[in-house]
Amino acid sequence: NKKASVQRGGVNIANKTIEDIVTRIQDETEGVPIRTVKSFMTKIPSVVTGTDIVQWLMKNLFIEDPAEAMHIGSLIAAQGYFFPISDHVLSLKDDGTFYRFQAPYFWPSNCWEPENTDYAIYLCKRTMQNKTRLELADYEAENLARLQRAFARKWEFIYMQAEAQVKIDRKKDKTERKILDSQERAFWDVHRPVPGCVNTTEMDIRKCRRMKYPHRVKKSVYGLVEEGTQSRSPIHTPSHHCRKGTKEDVEKEILFLNTQLDRHRMKMSKVAESLISYTEQYMDYDQFVTAQEPSNPWTSDDPSLWDLEASKEPSQQRMKKWGFSLEEALKDPSGQELFLKFLESEFSSENLRFWLAVQDLKRMPQQDVAQRAQDIWAEFLAEGAPSSINLDSHSYERTSQNLKDPGRYSYEDAQDHIYKLMKSDSYTRFLRSNVYQDLLMARKKVSVCLSSSSHRSISVYISCIN
Amino acid sequence: MACQGLQGGETVASLKRESESLRKKLEEERKKLSDIELNQVAEKIEVLGPLSIKTRRVLKGHGNKVLCMDWCKDKRRLVSSSQDGKVIVWDAFTLNKEHGVALPCTWVMACAYAPSGCAVACGGLDNKCSVFPLSLDKNENLSAKKKSVAMHTNYVSGCTFTSSDMQILTSSGDGTCALWDVESGQLLQSFHGHTADVLSLDLAPSETGNTFVSGGCDKKANIWDMRSGQNIQSFESHESDINCVKYYPSGDAFASASDDATCRFYDLRADREVAVYQKDSVIFGASTVDFSLSGRLLFAGYNDYTINVWDVLKGTRASILFGHENRVSRVRVSPDGTALCSASWDNTLRVSWAAYL
Repeated sequence: NKKASVQRGGVNIANKTIEDIVTRIQDETEGVPIRTVKSFMTKIPSVVTGTDIVQWLMKNLFIEDPAEAMHIGSLIAAQGYFFPISDHVLSLKDDGTFYRFQAPYFWPSNCWEPENTDYAIYLCKRTMQNKTRLELADYEAENLARLQRAFARKWEFIYMQAEAQVKIDRKKDKTERKILDSQERAFWDVHRPVPGCVNTTEMDIRKCRRMKYPHRVKKSVYGLVEEGTQSRSPIHTPSHHCRKGTKEDVEKEILFLNTQLDRHRMKMSKVAESLISYTEQYMDYDQFVTAQEPSNPWTSDDPSLWDLEASKEPSQQRMKKWGFSLEEALKDPSGQELFLKFLESEFSSENLRFWLAVQDLKRMPQQDVAQRAQDIWAEFLAEGAPSSINLDSHSYERTSQNLKDPGRYSYEDAQDHIYKLMKSDSYTRFLRSNVYQDLLMARKKVSVCLSSSSHRSISVYISCIN
Repeated sequence: MACQGLQGGETVASLKRESESLRKKLEEERKKLSDIELNQVAEKIEVLGPLSIKTRRVLKGHGNKVLCMDWCKDKRRLVSSSQDGKVIVWDAFTLNKEHGVALPCTWVMACAYAPSGCAVACGGLDNKCSVFPLSLDKNENLSAKKKSVAMHTNYVSGCTFTSSDMQILTSSGDGTCALWDVESGQLLQSFHGHTADVLSLDLAPSETGNTFVSGGCDKKANIWDMRSGQNIQSFESHESDINCVKYYPSGDAFASASDDATCRFYDLRADREVAVYQKDSVIFGASTVDFSLSGRLLFAGYNDYTINVWDVLKGTRASILFGHENRVSRVRVSPDGTALCSASWDNTLRVSWAAYL
């Protein structure tokens, strides 16, 4: 239950999902075969092969491509949930490489942020044990040297702690120690990764502040209690804006919900049809769905195609879009120009000019707004205005009122009214007009748009050839 | 005095009950009109053929995680910002770095290109959003002309210019969004309603519209009226933080990306979630989304370093893009729909496009 698990702990929701997977993958009946492998004179306890993990992921997460399974498996490894026993690099290979599962004690959900003192103890104790498998890698030796310099004053303390840990470890069963040593190493591979590897413990700073356990104290891997006060993690500061539901908040909510209940909703079947028809109309223009003619400047490596577009000679394909909606025509500067030209021929260009003026008004710097609003009134709405537009009395009254305190939204009603007028009246005539149709024909060329695959929607459009 | 306190407590409780029952009623109303699912109606349209998307440009130059990017209207330039405090303007076509600014703070989480192409805005941990006019003189220090516009009380998570260089809209960790006049720095409108950090916003694509959508850590996506500051519609169906919101090209719907490893599609007219994009193998949070030009494809960047390409109408995954070596923080389709840019914690940006034959 994802919702319930989000409440648990301060770890992101992805870790919960991964932990479910990691638990399932180790299940005796449904999981991978974890076994002890005999090798030369030794036994390798509790391992599974990379291939076993990849196969399990493919089957249980319904992954078709082994590459995808390896990718997600590598990420789960990088988070520290399983690891290759002979490598510090946490990734998943689809072969006989042996992997072991991490102990839940070391899982990220325990909110580990181990300090350098713990890391120093760990590296130190590794050098104390005479085992080839515990030899420090180059980068670890460098880290140890650095830590020795940084902790010069308390190195005796660290050394003693390392000795104590070695003593504790020696008391454990040989096989158990092998397993624990590898798990401990894998833990440090996550928190002190090999140089060049991704540090998966890095957090998005926007999310840091809201860790669920702000009061929590940084705990030590080796049970250390620092002398003096226990340090609180600097990133676990309590949230400044705990939005508790005050009475006003709830009253506002109720008001809002009541307004929402009154909303008119459209049936899903209608909505689906609308979305489908919009997308299908534009799919011919969508570079990721349909190969374009002329081709994509990126693929042809020819940026001059963009300059061509910027010129005042729109292609037929581009002009076709102006027929999709008034919005589309006005969005394109050339479309806007042509529509204006048409309106001039019908002596109704003041409508579009008014609409454009109000668009400009909304884009102005604040200090210029009031004056511009007055100018627009003078040009389009005042008595005897040079470009008088036709508004219904209601809108006119509203607008007149608004102008008493002119702002960038003073003309919203009026603009809306004029837009609807243009859309229902002038625009439809424009599409049938000679101005538009002749130009459309004039940009004639044979354009054939074919997709590369027979499955893809094929769009073929051939304009009139003379 | 004791009984007054008691009355106060009871009132809040009963109000909360009323609010809860209204919420349930709203859900019922929304369900009433869902006579069929989007993907069912979409069964009649042709399946997309195999997508072949190739990365052909890798923009290297940032010294740390790239957190945000935005395309210029000229379809080839873009601006990017990084955890190392740097903001870079690139010509993605030639890979040239054209401008660079070093901000005094780290984690520049938001950046935007002005519609004129003559300025960029950026902000982040400094709680501000500043505008930098882009100088033609390559030697000029851009910081000199910096204009501090927005001031929040917590980090700035997102910013966008409206239809001109004169206004910017910002979203913030302080739980609010705000509209600002660039020239004067004046706050024109603020938007209150989210109960936690707001992580993303997107302006409605309409020429006539005055609305925008925001999403945040309260798992809500809200639609706002820029004129009044009112929250006019709200959606809550994600199970964790909403990291990104983006309008569908017609403006009638929008998509969201969340830490719950899903992306969702909401239609404003139906007033509900109409699709969920998820898979068993998609476990990590989605941080960013953008639509292809027609709205048929939804590109989504994830914390597992991949970009999943979803068939918006059918609800299936059309493709998966590998390449980045750390989380994908931002994906954006170019203004003419010809290319996709992705920014990542691996310090790079990649530009990809469809390869045919």
